[in-house]
Amino acid sequence: MTTSPKPAPKPTPDTQPFWDGTAAGELRVQRCLTCSRHYFYPRPSCPRCGSGDVEWVTASGRATLYSYVINHRPAPGFQDDGPYAIAVVELEEGVRMMTNIVGVDITPENLRLDMPLRVVFEQRGDVRVPLFEPAGALR
Amino acid sequence: MNIVIAGAAETDHLGKLPHYSAIGLQLEAARNALADAGLTKDDVDGVAAVGMPGPVQVAHALGVTPAWLDGTGVGGSSFLFHVRHAVAAIRAGLCHTVLITHGESGRSHVGAGRFGLGADSLLGQFELPYGVFGPATTFTVTALRYMKETGLTHEQLAEVAVAQRRWAHLNPRAMMRDLITVDDVLASRMVAYPFHLLECCLVTDGGGALVVTSEERARALGVRKPLVHVLGTGESADSPIVSQMEDFTTSKAFRRSSEAAFAEAKIDHADVDHLMIYDAFAHVPIYGLEDMGFVGRGEAGAFIAEGHTSPGGRLPMNTNGGGLSYTHTGMYGMFAILESVRQLRGEAAAQVPDVELGVVLGNGGMFMSAATLVLANRRP
Ligand SMILES: [Zn+2]
Repeated sequence: MTTSPKPAPKPTPDTQPFWDGTAAGELRVQRCLTCSRHYFYPRPSCPRCGSGDVEWVTASGRATLYSYVINHRPAPGFQDDGPYAIAVVELEEGVRMMTNIVGVDITPENLRLDMPLRVVFEQRGDVRVPLFEPAGALR
Repeated sequence: MNIVIAGAAETDHLGKLPHYSAIGLQLEAARNALADAGLTKDDVDGVAAVGMPGPVQVAHALGVTPAWLDGTGVGGSSFLFHVRHAVAAIRAGLCHTVLITHGESGRSHVGAGRFGLGADSLLGQFELPYGVFGPATTFTVTALRYMKETGLTHEQLAEVAVAQRRWAHLNPRAMMRDLITVDDVLASRMVAYPFHLLECCLVTDGGGALVVTSEERARALGVRKPLVHVLGTGESADSPIVSQMEDFTTSKAFRRSSEAAFAEAKIDHADVDHLMIYDAFAHVPIYGLEDMGFVGRGEAGAFIAEGHTSPGGRLPMNTNGGGLSYTHTGMYGMFAILESVRQLRGEAAAQVPDVELGVVLGNGGMFMSAATLVLANRRP
């Protein structure tokens, strides 16, 4: 197992299925069986209709770039990365999550909002975190 | 029952104050605010302060035995929430005179643990793993989306810092006072693209405090300073982590809290002589102007660039220089309220003529929460 210097998340009972998913190479989100909407972050009931009748589903892993910053003052563990993109992506399922963009030189020219992305996973301690790389013409 | 701000003061100094602890800053501000009102700690029966060290320690250190406490801690907007809660508590008869204190060793970190959250928190699981490093890398993440959807330019974003420095230039207590240009802003160090150093707030030590009571009691106690009436208040929240904010181009909490405050005060935008909008970063006043309804969607950048919020403009905004140039301890909301009080009393460093009605918008966290106050130097 690699020992990344970057911060690793610690699952809770509510979020364990999400992190079990990333460990299995899947991006899992929750879906409400009452109103049929996906939601994120993990929690025991639907934020839209309040229903507790919810399930875990595997997302497609396809997303678009919603917004980002390029951080020039690295957080602990990120010193070797150079300026890196702290991004928020919108999954095909309609939910958003924060992530890093990888697999491309991190410049404003390369990071066009709404560009297509796909999920990849990176080991952090005992946990794998979802990152995103360009899925379109840049690859 | 008319509720008023009867005392308002900052710590003697703002900036780098390593010889003060956080509680020390709160107590100095509290004593200054009580002196400003001409009251003593024995007149106080309610205390509000954020989290740790919190209202119990503040009350105990001052020698106040409270009948009412509020420890609402929602970041930099907390003190606006405290004012709103104090108004309700006094009207309900739970207490008579509330002291609201703020003191933060934001730069020197004396006597207060640094802000931190566990790896199993919401932030620790879903944002910290991506190398966020304080507000400059999280509060800012909405801006590119806003720019794409509205056409706001990098130059217009820089104009926010330029406009606020014009006010700071007139204020001897402001930390940064030299006039700057758009080119200066765009040439300053890149912190988190698209934000340059001069588009990010200061990091300082300091404190402030307010005394809130009924108009009747303020007059009975002989408060000498002009009373500032609290005409309307509102509060709301959006998301505890910025990535889950409902829409990156508008703050639901700004909209909701301001609608509530304007409605309670029965005012319209044309009534507002003076405006304070929490400016942790240059994009926040842009969201605030639009979400409060002072300008239309996508118009705030041009409005600021045209000078309407600058000295001599028709909507004087952030007249102390704001968090970008005046001071920012980490929870700036207290300083926004204090500047509004000074303008309404006619004692501000960069005094705007004929200010009768002011509005203060506070932000908490990274677009997490917001509260709005409508204040006036006349009765409702
Ligand atoms: Zn539902």
